[in-house]
Amino acid sequence: MGNVLVVAEHLHGKFPKTTLVGLQAGKQAATLVGGKCLAAVLGKGIDGLAAELAEYGVDVVAVEGAAYEHYLADAYTAAVAEIVGRKDVEMVVGAATAVGKDLLPRVAARLGAGMASDVTAIVDAHTFKRPMYAGNAIATVRIDGSPRIVSVRTTAFDAAVKGGQKGTVEKLAITPDAAHAQARFVEFAETKSDRPVLTEARIVCSGGRGLKNGENFTIYLEPLCDALGAAMGASRAAVDAGFVPNDLQVGQTGKVVAPALYIAVGISGAIQHLAGMKDSKVIVAINKDEEAPIFQIADYGLVADLFKAVPELTEEVKKLKGA
Amino acid sequence: MKILVTVKRVPDPETVIKITPDGTSIVTDNVKWVMNPFDEIAIEEALRVREKAAGTEVVLLSIGQKAAQEQLRTGLAMGADRAILVLADQPLEPLAVARVIEKLVGTEKPELILLGKQAIDDDSNCVGQMLAELLGWPQATFASKVELGADQKSARVTREVDGGLETLAIPLPAVVTADLRLNEPRYASLPGIMKARKKELKEIPLADLGADVTPRTKIVKLETPPKRTGGRKVASVQELVQVLHNEAKVI
Repeated sequence: MGNVLVVAEHLHGKFPKTTLVGLQAGKQAATLVGGKCLAAVLGKGIDGLAAELAEYGVDVVAVEGAAYEHYLADAYTAAVAEIVGRKDVEMVVGAATAVGKDLLPRVAARLGAGMASDVTAIVDAHTFKRPMYAGNAIATVRIDGSPRIVSVRTTAFDAAVKGGQKGTVEKLAITPDAAHAQARFVEFAETKSDRPVLTEARIVCSGGRGLKNGENFTIYLEPLCDALGAAMGASRAAVDAGFVPNDLQVGQTGKVVAPALYIAVGISGAIQHLAGMKDSKVIVAINKDEEAPIFQIADYGLVADLFKAVPELTEEVKKLKGA
Repeated sequence: MKILVTVKRVPDPETVIKITPDGTSIVTDNVKWVMNPFDEIAIEEALRVREKAAGTEVVLLSIGQKAAQEQLRTGLAMGADRAILVLADQPLEPLAVARVIEKLVGTEKPELILLGKQAIDDDSNCVGQMLAELLGWPQATFASKVELGADQKSARVTREVDGGLETLAIPLPAVVTADLRLNEPRYASLPGIMKARKKELKEIPLADLGADVTPRTKIVKLETPPKRTGGRKVASVQELVQVLHNEAKVI
């Protein structure tokens, strides 16, 4: 019986919720595999992070070094593969974030391992469920051999919580060879926002082509988001049209979200958008087209001109919150 | 320089996918087949590089059934120079696809490989990353901007990552995968379509390449996900706020 290794992504000295979701999936997998759950943290100055990670009851492997200061696929792949070999790992798990999607397939290729992406359920040590065709089919996939590489959908598992027996921290010195240090980090232009992160928010308000331009996202949708304390999202059509940046895109090829409340404004409900939000607890649709497919899955539909309804909704929410 | 661009034949994204009663595959009757949308973006980027750097050759590669000729012809009509179709009867998993491409890279020797970031049928988002590792090349996935160095020996790639945009500097040869905003793919012109008929489209049987395509994964079954049913319409904004507060208790 081997162990399960979770790759723990971090940003600004913290573990985002998506990392904790990956950790929870890894713990679940370790129970099914019958081995231990290990977590790898790579970076520069990561002692604090490693200690924090151990509080989740997993044994931590910390790889410290300037080569890992910024995430880079080639260097990280070499390090993760090295850990797999040294720590008797039979399954590698990570959240299907931008980093997870970039890294895990590369690790799979290095190890010649079978991989399942965007897994929504771990059935047993070798069997996983994952969506295909924009979520219109759920595939049960069996991976043979060892190791097996799995990225998990961040809305499909709970976040791990601290507690229980604290894990150990082991430092491993791994230096990537020159062949695995070709890419160089130049810069990260972070989108600054006071709003919650899209994949972590309890409420998401998304705008579609119905908003007509980017300015209307600012004039109409942003005040609603702020009144609700919501994250802002967008349909692919709105991104395609250049209204908003792509990192707001909710859908099959964008972000997958499952908040307590999802408000779709001026979104018709294309298959590929629904794939990214249909697991939300409550869905509200505001659209002037009564026939829009979004109404077929919305819990509450309001047929209305969004340019009137959204400001009204913002005011009503403010009144409610003020009360 | 030479740019290799991959092309996959997939069901039209607007197609409603149905699963066969035995749960082994999707119903393919009446499915319209198209080029994977992200692959169109990859081709467009290659064509733009060629427009700036004279002497660039754009080679398309698809793996699949003979019918994938259609999608390769579309890419040739957009302006690519020639195409290769590796004939495979069965769908291959991403690692096998990457190994087949690796073999062809050995003979074609491109300086840049452009792929769509993900195919919209299996939604795996794996092949580009796997290929980069097999070749020992750097990768820049989810690209929204690609700037080649003047010497054509390096590139700066802006990537769509969580929470913003990241820029990487990579030496060539390299693997780049295209995200949505990289460009707006052109339509094939009528002269382009005419010319495409005469361009080279070489077919190679999968077995001739000697790539290890042993499956490591198996789709045991396909199921239709539980359908979410719609609720009801509300008459006004006031009613909406009311139900969200009192009934759904989410605000």
